[in-house]
Amino acid sequence: MCICLMKPGLPGMPHKGAAMTTTLSALPAAARASSQPKVKGVQHWSNALFVLPFVLVYIALLVVPVVTGLWLSLNDVDVLSGDRAFIGLANFARLWHDDIFRGAIRNTFLFVLMTTPAFVALGLALALALNRQDRVGTALRTIFFGSSVLSVTIVTLVWRLVFMTDKGLLANVMHSLGLASINPLTSSALALPAIALVTVWWIIGLPMMLFLAALQQIPEEIYEAAAMDNAGRWRTFWSITLPQLRKTVALVAIIEVILQFQLFGQAQLMTNGGPNNSSRPLVQFIYEAGFQQWALGYSAAAAQVLFGLMLIGVALQMWISKRGQTQSGEST
Amino acid sequence: MAGIQLVGVNKRYGGTEIIPEFNLEIESGEFLVFLGPSGCGKSTLLRMIAGLEPVSAGQIRIGGQDVTASAPGERDLAMVFQHYALYPHMTVRENMAFGLRNVNVPAAEIDRRITEAARMLELEGMLARKPIQLSGGQRQRVAIGRAVVKEPGAFLFDEPLSNLDAALRNRTRVELARLHQRLKTTMVFVTHDQVEAMTLASRIVVMNRGRIEQMGTPIEIYRKPATRFVAGFIGSPAMNFIDAIPVAAEADCIKVRLADGTELQTGVPTQAARKDAKLVAGVRAESLTLDDASPVRGRADVIERLGERTLVYVTLSNGHSVVAQAHRESPVASGDLVGLHFEPEHVHLFDEAGLAWHAA
Repeated sequence: MCICLMKPGLPGMPHKGAAMTTTLSALPAAARASSQPKVKGVQHWSNALFVLPFVLVYIALLVVPVVTGLWLSLNDVDVLSGDRAFIGLANFARLWHDDIFRGAIRNTFLFVLMTTPAFVALGLALALALNRQDRVGTALRTIFFGSSVLSVTIVTLVWRLVFMTDKGLLANVMHSLGLASINPLTSSALALPAIALVTVWWIIGLPMMLFLAALQQIPEEIYEAAAMDNAGRWRTFWSITLPQLRKTVALVAIIEVILQFQLFGQAQLMTNGGPNNSSRPLVQFIYEAGFQQWALGYSAAAAQVLFGLMLIGVALQMWISKRGQTQSGEST
Repeated sequence: MAGIQLVGVNKRYGGTEIIPEFNLEIESGEFLVFLGPSGCGKSTLLRMIAGLEPVSAGQIRIGGQDVTASAPGERDLAMVFQHYALYPHMTVRENMAFGLRNVNVPAAEIDRRITEAARMLELEGMLARKPIQLSGGQRQRVAIGRAVVKEPGAFLFDEPLSNLDAALRNRTRVELARLHQRLKTTMVFVTHDQVEAMTLASRIVVMNRGRIEQMGTPIEIYRKPATRFVAGFIGSPAMNFIDAIPVAAEADCIKVRLADGTELQTGVPTQAARKDAKLVAGVRAESLTLDDASPVRGRADVIERLGERTLVYVTLSNGHSVVAQAHRESPVASGDLVGLHFEPEHVHLFDEAGLAWHAA
């Protein structure tokens, strides 16, 4: 290969400052051998420096806590005395026999199953309805996204008022329909679905925005071609829009699975895990074990289980979406 | 095959009139090209024919039927878009079959049409590929194939060659011409490229600001441009325009005086032209040749040797620049003083309104 180096003017050159072109292939072989690796090595190290800040932060804030958590889960840690004893997998064995922990896993899974499809379906429906360039569309997009910026304390406070027994909005509506009022937060069967409803209401804006962004990426010409091809509205949706959104559907599902596995604030503030542990999620279990019962090793073990479940969930989702792409022959 | 009639078609966006009352009859089997600069309304007109753009007033008839209010898919048309508009998640075969499945064409018939179109457009080895796996030229062939399998009454092409490189554009142009000869279906083609228009069209409609400037066969438009706009738009290099003042008529034809005082005999009949005080003489490079004996003189600035001919850019004594044509092996060099010979029968005159007058 011939590499050309542009050098600034050298002493003795006819024009001071004029560029001189040297062709490496014209240099003696020994000179090439001595100069090339040196240049390569310098470039290699300078490149590594660009990623060093990120790597350091990544190690400090992610790798170290994960490894520490894993190590803690294998120990019996007494926070007050500072004693620590290695007990192997004993914490995990204890978790296996803990009914409350198993209930928390069940609740967390149920919550993810209730919310994630709702985020995908509702987010897409809202995006389709509000994908319009007029003032009404803009106003509605702002309103639907607006709730996402509220803090969990405000959201849960508002919804506790809505669900308030006999006086809340829900009770008033049911009274007006001639039905007996009910507070879902006090019902073992309805507490978790109620928290799921609140969560969907709260952060439906993000999936909606992701779908809107994806919808606006679809070229208008494709829809015009579909119109020329006699495709009706549903045919266009199923055959053109939905396949174009497949990657966004996978993205929204993965984001929501990760987020909803970490349910905590809403359950803590609305039901405190009750009634009868029916709405206690895994993160609340971890919190209570670690910061109320001060069983850090036990809490860390539960956190490892959550980590593993999330990993499995996301891997499963990615596998399904990748399999879908392979089956339809889509090139990446 | 279907003829298309546009009757008093009008397009407005709010208060802005894009296309004033537009009337045109496209014959069945004709290859008609809408030619004009960007923003002249040619694509809007095509989209109105396709039904992708509603008309503000007027009527569109296809095959004798009023389709003004019909959906695009109900007009028996197929369209090839500028950016191909292929469905990216479908294979070439699925792209071609999509429109046919929507109207419940039997599977065997779909296969037959796709096989035939693929053979005609040399797409046989690509039917299982996705658009992303194809080159620009192949994608455009697929887009054409998607239109062909529909066996429509008329094809609409919206600048289909503008995304292709020069060599591929030439090849695809020839393929389109062959396709028209083979199918003999009505084709309406929109372009701003005069070469495409001249080579493909059986009739050209030159448009400017939403109006028809001239309509005719390519040769008619080239030889007898109706207006100064058409004369300047058609032909490469563009027609030379030189300010001129009419002087006494000679041999029933108008004689004009150029700005440098030289007089130029034209072939334009005296009675034909308006008696305007100011005219513009127009002459194409191939009718303006080097002649040392000519009184019209100038200095050669730039010489372009194109192989089959030589173009000479000459600055006249009054500062006007014109392009003349010389023999391919002409010894003319930059800086030479040259004389210019105007062929009187190929000199056009344009009056102050921009209307053209030609030699009889």
